[in-house]
Amino acid sequence: MPSSITACVARNCPLPEDNAMLEHLLPVFAGTLAAATPLIFAGLGELVSERSGVINLGVEGMMLIGAIAGFAVAAETGYGAVTGLPAGALAGAAAAMIFAFFALSLAANQAACGLALTIFGIGLSAFIGQHYVSYSLPGLQPIAIPLLSEIPLLGPIFFKQDWVVYLSFIAFAGVAWTLAKTRLGLLLKAVGESPEAAHAIGYPVLGIRYGAVAFGGAMAGIAGAYLSTVYTPLWVQNMSAGRGWIAVALVVFATWKPSRLLLGAYLFGAVTILQFHAQGLGISVPVQFLAALPYLATIVVLVVISRDRRLLQLNLPASLGKPFLP
Amino acid sequence: MHLLEPRAQPSQLLRWTAPLIAIVATLLAGSVLFWALGKPPLASFEVFFIQPLASSYGWSELLIKACPLILIAQGLAIGFKARIYNIGAEGQLIVGALFGGGVAIYMEGSASAWVIPAMVVAGALGGALWGALPALLKTRFNAEETLTTLMLAYVANFILSYMVNGPWRDPEGMNFPQSIMFADNALFGILLDGSRVNTSIFITLFAVLAFWLFNARSFLAYQLEVGGLAPAAARYAGFSAKGTVWFSLVISGLTAGLAGVGEVAGPVGQLNLNISPGYGFAAIIVAYLGRLHPLGIVLAGSLMALIYLGGEAAQVSLQMPAAITGIFQGMLLFFLLGADAFIDNRLRRPQLSAARG
Repeated sequence: MPSSITACVARNCPLPEDNAMLEHLLPVFAGTLAAATPLIFAGLGELVSERSGVINLGVEGMMLIGAIAGFAVAAETGYGAVTGLPAGALAGAAAAMIFAFFALSLAANQAACGLALTIFGIGLSAFIGQHYVSYSLPGLQPIAIPLLSEIPLLGPIFFKQDWVVYLSFIAFAGVAWTLAKTRLGLLLKAVGESPEAAHAIGYPVLGIRYGAVAFGGAMAGIAGAYLSTVYTPLWVQNMSAGRGWIAVALVVFATWKPSRLLLGAYLFGAVTILQFHAQGLGISVPVQFLAALPYLATIVVLVVISRDRRLLQLNLPASLGKPFLP
Repeated sequence: MHLLEPRAQPSQLLRWTAPLIAIVATLLAGSVLFWALGKPPLASFEVFFIQPLASSYGWSELLIKACPLILIAQGLAIGFKARIYNIGAEGQLIVGALFGGGVAIYMEGSASAWVIPAMVVAGALGGALWGALPALLKTRFNAEETLTTLMLAYVANFILSYMVNGPWRDPEGMNFPQSIMFADNALFGILLDGSRVNTSIFITLFAVLAFWLFNARSFLAYQLEVGGLAPAAARYAGFSAKGTVWFSLVISGLTAGLAGVGEVAGPVGQLNLNISPGYGFAAIIVAYLGRLHPLGIVLAGSLMALIYLGGEAAQVSLQMPAAITGIFQGMLLFFLLGADAFIDNRLRRPQLSAARG
C-alpha cells in the first residue's frame, strides 16, 4: 500500500481525492468482503462439522441446494434474501441429513458419502433450477453503519456492506465464542477427539454429530443462498463453481481455527475479486487465467500448510473421518 | 439412533449383492421421484431404462458411453485399492483431450496415418501429466490428493476454455468457443455403419484385459492392496508408499487422458466446452459399484452408461432436464455405500443385547 495512504490513516486526515490507486483499491477491498462471505459461512459450517469428527465433502452440493432453494423462495415470495437465506439454510440442513443418515447412522465412508451428496446436489439444483433460468432478483443495497462507516479507509470497506456481510461477522463471532468458551463447544471438540470417551461418560455422540452436520449444512445453504440472491442475484447452473470445495480446503488452511478461517476467506475473496478489477489495476492477462487463480491459490495454500505435518497434527480432530458405532 | 452393530464375520454374500441392492433401491427411489414430479412412474421408468435399449442404435450408443466410463474407472480402481482418492479424473480427461486435440490441430492437412497414434500417445501423456502433479504435491509436500486433483480439474477446464476461445478457436466457427473439426485421419474409424461406434473401443478392451491381468497376476497389485489395507505392514514389508502414490495417480491420469482422446477423436470430433458430460466424476461411482474389480467395472460402466442414455431419453420424451442423470448417479452412490454398511454390520436388536446386559 502506498505510504501516503497509511500515513493518512495514522493521522486520521481526509484522504487525498485525486489518489487514483486508492480509487481502484477501495472497491477491490469492499468487493473482497462480499466475495469472502459465502466462504466464511460454508467454511465455518464445515469447521464445526469437522471439529465433531465428521468430514463432509458435500459442501458444494449443499451450497447448490441452498442456492436454488433460496432463489426459488426469494423469487416466489417476492421478499428477496430475507426469505431466501432462511430457505437456503433449511434446504442445506435437509441435504446434510441425507449425508448424516448414511455417514453416521450407517457408518459409511464419509468422503464417499460427501461426494455422493455433491453429485446429487449438482443434479437436483440444476433440475429444480430449470424453471428459474431467466429470472433475476433485485439484490441488496449496502447499509452504511452510522459512525463506523465514517472511519477513514476501513469504514467504507467494512461497514458499507449488505446486511448478510454483517451477518457473517456475527456468525464468525458466534462460532469462535461457542468453540472457545462454552460447554457446547467443549462437548463438540470432545466428540471429535475421542468419541469412545464421550460415549462412555454418557454423551450422545451420534446426536451431537448429527447436530454439527446439520449446522454445517445450514451454513453451506446460507452460503449458496447468498450467492444466488445477493452476490449475483440470478440462477445459473453450478453457480457455486467449486466454492464449496474451496471452503473445505480453507478449513485445512485454518488448521480448524475460526480466526484463521476468516483470514483465509478474505485472502480468497481478494483473489476472486481480482479478476473483476484486473483491468482497472492495469493487469492484462486472459480472463481464464484470472478465473483459475482461486483454484491455483487453493493448491498453493494446501501445499504450504501441509508441508508442516506437526502443525496439522496439532489441531487435527483425532477421530476426523472415522465412523463411530457405539 | 444406533442402528448397527458389528458382525462377527463380514458377510461375503452381501459383498457381492450390495451393488444389486443399491441398483434396486435406486430404481425404487427413482420411481418415487418420477411420481413426485407428476410423471407416471411406470411409463417414465420405461422411457428411462427400457426404451434406450429397444433399438440396435441404442445399444451402440450404450457402448459409446460405457467405454470412457469403464476406461477411467479401471485406472481409478487401482488408486482406490491403495486408498489414493483421485477425484479429479475429469481434469485429466480434459488435459488428455487437449494434448490429443492439439496434435490433431497442428497436424491438420497432413495425410499421415500416424496422426491417430500420435494423438493417443499425446492424450495419454497429457492425462498422466495432470495426474502426476497431485502425486508430486502429495509425495513432496503431503498435500491431500482429494482436494488437489479436484482443484486441478477446475484449472483444466479454464485452460480448455482459454484454448478454444483463444489460440485454437476455429476462425470459421461463427465465434463459438470451439476448435476446427478434426480431419478424417484424426478421427477413430467408424466400426459399425450407421452408428458412432469407433475403433477407440479397442483401447478400452485392451485396458480391461490389461487391468484384469495386472490384478490377477502381478505382485505390484498385491503391494498396492496391502498398502491400502495396512500401511504399517506395507512399510514393514518394504513396499514404497511414495511409489504407490505415483503409480496410482499417473495410471489413473493416463486412462482418463485416453478417454479424453477417445471423446474428441470420436463422437465429439473437435475441442469444445462439452467434451465430457462428467465422465470423470461418474467413473468414481462406476469403480465403487464394480467393486474395484476389472470385470465388475465393465458391468457397472454399462449401467452408468444406461443412466446417461436414460437421462437423454427423459429429456426428449418427458421434458426433464439432463440433470436427472446426476440425481440418479448421486442416489446410486448413496445406496451403494448404505448397502455396503451391512457387509461388516447388521441391524441392532435392542431387546436381545439389553437382556444380555
